[in-house]
Formats: sequence, structure tokens, C-alpha cells
Amino acid sequence: MAVIHDVIPAFELFQPESTGDAMSLVSRYGSEAWIMAGGMDSFDWLKDRIKRPSVVIDLSRVQDLRGIKESNGGIEIGAGTTLTEVVNNPLVRDKFALLAEAAELVASPQIRNQGTIGGNVTQDTRCWYYRAGWSCYRAGGNICYADTPTAINREHAILGADRCVAVNPSDTAPALVALDAQMVIQSASGVRVVDAEDYFIGPDTDITRMTVLAPGELLTAIRIPSTFAGAQFYFEKIRDRNVWDFPLLNVASASRMSGGNIQSIRIVINAAAARPLRLHTVEAAVIGKPRNEQTAMLAGELAIEGAQALRHNGYKIPLMRNLVKRAIRGNPSDT
Amino acid sequence: MDLVKWGLNPWGQSILTHVSWTLFWASLFAGLMFLVAHGSYMLLSAHRKRPETETDKLEAAYSNVPARVERHSAMARLFHWVMAAAMFVLLFTAFLPVVGMKFAWVQWHWMAGLVLTGSILFHIIHASFFLDFWSIWVGPKDIPEMKAEVLRELGRDVPGPKSGKYPLGNRLYHMAIVVAGLSAVLTGVLMMSRVRTPVFTRNPYLFGDSAWGVTYVLHGLAGVGLVGLVIAHVYFAVRPEKWWITKSMVFGWITRRQYLEHHEPERWRVTANQPTSRS
Repeated sequence: MAVIHDVIPAFELFQPESTGDAMSLVSRYGSEAWIMAGGMDSFDWLKDRIKRPSVVIDLSRVQDLRGIKESNGGIEIGAGTTLTEVVNNPLVRDKFALLAEAAELVASPQIRNQGTIGGNVTQDTRCWYYRAGWSCYRAGGNICYADTPTAINREHAILGADRCVAVNPSDTAPALVALDAQMVIQSASGVRVVDAEDYFIGPDTDITRMTVLAPGELLTAIRIPSTFAGAQFYFEKIRDRNVWDFPLLNVASASRMSGGNIQSIRIVINAAAARPLRLHTVEAAVIGKPRNEQTAMLAGELAIEGAQALRHNGYKIPLMRNLVKRAIRGNPSDT
Repeated sequence: MDLVKWGLNPWGQSILTHVSWTLFWASLFAGLMFLVAHGSYMLLSAHRKRPETETDKLEAAYSNVPARVERHSAMARLFHWVMAAAMFVLLFTAFLPVVGMKFAWVQWHWMAGLVLTGSILFHIIHASFFLDFWSIWVGPKDIPEMKAEVLRELGRDVPGPKSGKYPLGNRLYHMAIVVAGLSAVLTGVLMMSRVRTPVFTRNPYLFGDSAWGVTYVLHGLAGVGLVGLVIAHVYFAVRPEKWWITKSMVFGWITRRQYLEHHEPERWRVTANQPTSRS
């Protein structure tokens, strides 16, 4: 098992003060570099000595990666913006309360003060077999220790497992997918913009990565279009304790109503798979239907189609069904 | 440069995990270099084939041979092309992600693997009971032919034996593909017990860590080996002087003249009604 040591192994530390400087470092060192934003994920890896990068690029001094601004009716959030800043921002609270609510449920106030939204969506999985440094699939090996008959896998995947059963632990990720956000990625060759839904990848696509970010690339901003500005939102996070904990499951939905029926909706569940899962089948089934118990029941049943429990996480299937039902019912004020 | 990758098991023991993808690039490079080297050699060197006058004489002597000689039965051709399709799917799904094209490859890979396994099992039964099993193998009896072939490649006129039903190159290639293909298939079927499929009940504890490591490394070695072998195979299939063989794998037959020009009638006997071969 991993042992936390007092001293992190030595590495060369860079603390750029502009995105340009950060990008040239990221390009120069490529896969050698460990990119650190708030450090909330990084320090676990480094202190456990599981990851031993020779170069760390600390982005905390890059001011132009921080801040929230209005953009074409939507907003653009710098990837280095802290979760607390996201939670307290009036634009976010006014137009995209879903994101504010999700960000507010991340970990603890201290962590939200330090952790960034870019880091929260790009963080690695919390599977303890993987993080303990064992040679599992995700670490480049050839086995998933969490998917063995005797594994402790209460927090692991019920959907989308492909050899690896780790899950994405982010709270803001499902909210961003529900809001149809776009991720702005910079590299030496330019800027590319990826839908949040496509930013996250499962083990079937790349078993060693959680996102499409490749070495030499940097997530610089997150754009949220006006599509769901001021819409009806629902976010719920289930965790073992009510503070400083990762989700066992969370659900995020953004919807608009018309004549008492659901006109459009995006509903996303996370911690059920290695990436936030947008429930397309559920969305298609509930559009044009009223928010009532019948629609919620239908959505709940559709949501869990194909779910496969491991030894200790069978509870996640009814939990997911119920969360989706609750998301469809919406908040009392939505009716 | 590491040729294999190592990891630690939960007991802190060092275990094999995979081959290094460096070997994939090495195999790709070797396959392409072989292609360039052989192509250059064919352009620059003299090659002896049976003189036309000799073939004319043989045509006169073997006038009972039909105008079209069946080289591959419909079943054998079907097997070949199914196996080829499966092999391409396997190689592309295995190695495109390595070169940076990310997609959900595992399901396609094991499904193609099952097709390949099924077609190989079929081929073994078909070749054992319905074809001349030994005609494709190489043994000590082929040494004179091998010597003659080498000398011909070096530009010498050698009267030595021609091949039976299959040219020596075909038989040597078949041997290599048997080793690489069977290694990939046997290890691949075992590896299917580690992924979720409707075919096998998942059992990651089928072997210990070390045995699994060896299985993965063998699978990888066979896979990267097949890259070079398939490049060579496709190269020879499209070379103009080999088209008659490629066409026979499409249409099933060769002409009487091709038969007499490239084969030893005494080693692959063809009668008016039925071809027979002996090695």
C-alpha cells in the first residue's frame, strides 16, 4: 500500500506567470511535465511517490488563466479559477446556478479555495488500487485489481467499464456537460475547442487517460453557451459523509419547459463510469412529457439499462435510478 | 531501450506486463525495409525462370493437363479471405491506438479474434482431411529446392527442382504465420477471460501474475511480428510477377502454362479430372 512520506522526491519546479510562458514550458517538456493547478490531485500522487515527474509546472501564478467573463450571452471561465470563485460569482449564480451548486458541493471550503475548476474536471480517478501504484490497466499494466472477485469496489463503475472499472470523481464535470460547455485546449499547434461531453473519455477509448488532454496540451478555459442560461436545473450529490467526500453518484440536469412539458433537457450522471455519462436515451424519452411520476419512473428505468454491478456496488443501480427520477421530477419550484 | 514492460504486483514482485511498443515500430520498419530491399533487388538483379522453350516442351509433354488447373478450392479461398479480413481488423484495432488514433477498439479486436480463431480451426480440419496436408510444409526434403532457388535468385541457371503446389517462399511464410498466428490466437483466447464478453465468464485469476505477464508478452510479440509478416504478404501479393498467384486466390485456378512454368509436374500432379499433389 502507498505510504505518505514526509518529503516529495525532487523535481524541477517552474512557476510561469502567463499562459504564453506556461504553454512554452508545456510544449518543451511534453510528457515529462506534470501540470499542477491547485495541487489537490497532484500532491497526493507526488507525496505517495507514485508519480515521480522530473518537471512540475505550477500554474497557480498564471493570472490570465483565472477569472469569469461574459461571452456571447454565456460565460467563459478561466481554467485556473478556483471553485470558490466559481461558487461566488454572480454571473454563474444568476445564469448557471447548476454549476455553482455542483462546485459548492466539492470537498471542503479549504479545498474549494485552493482547487480550480480546470483541475476539478481534469483530475484523475480515485480508484485506490490505481492510486496505490499497482500495475493495473490504467497504470499501464494488464489487470484491474478492482474488478476481481475479492476486490473492494464499492465506489467503482456500474456502466461503461472496459477492463478498468474506475470512475470519474468530479462534481463540476456533469454540470458542465449538462450545460453544453466547451473546453478550450491550447497546444503549440494552436487552440482546439472540444465539447465537454467529448472531453472526458472512457477506458474503451484510452485506458490510461480520463480526458482527451494529451501531453503538450493545456486546458485554458471553459465556455458555457447561453443555451441553458437561467433554465431549470437539478443537481444532487450522494456521498458517504456530507463534507469533504467524493461522490458515490451525482446527477446534473438542465432543462427548459414549454406548456407544462419538457421542451429540452440534458441529463448527466457521474461516478457511475470513467466519464460523465450523458443519458441520451432518457433525454429522448422524456422530451415532450410533463414532469410527473410516470415520466420519472420511465426515465429511471431507462437510465439503468445495461448497468452491471461489481461485488460491492450493487447499491449504485437503484441509487442511479432514483437520482434520475428525482432529476426528472425537478426542484419543487420547477413545477 | 526496453523490449518488454515490467510492473509490480501487489506483493511487490516484479512482473512482466507487456511488450514495449518500440517493437511495433521496429516490426513496421523491418517490414518496410524488407519491401524496399526486395524491390530494389528485383529491379537490379537477374532472375531465372523456366525458359520458354522448356515450358513449350513441357506443354507438349503434359497435354493431358487441363487448360485451367485448380489451385485453391472455393472453401480454401473463402477461408483465406475471411482470415485476411479478420487479420486486418485485428492489426488495425491493435495498433491504430498505439499510433495515436483513439477509439473503442477492444470489442472489435476480440470479435475479429474469434473470427480468426474459428477460421483457423476450420482451416486445420479442412487442410487435414480434405487437402494435401503436407504440401504446404517445409522439411529436409526441400533442401535441394532451397539451394536451387537461392542459386536462381543469384542469377545462375540451375536445372534443379521446381516447387510442388506451393512455392518455397509460400511454404516458409506459412510456417512463420503458423507460429505467429497460433501464438496470437492461443494467448488471445486466454486473454478474453480478462475482459467482459458474452462468450466467456470473466476470470482474472485464471493464471497468476507471472503467467499472465508471459501471456501478454507472447501476444504482443506475435502481434508485432504479424505486422511485418502481413506487410511482406501484401507486398508479394501485389508484385506483378506474383499476380498469377494472387489471381488464383481470387478465381481459384491458374493456366496450364503457369502451372508448367512455375511448378514441378512430378511434385504436383494434375490430371484431366483432378489435381493431386505430393511433396
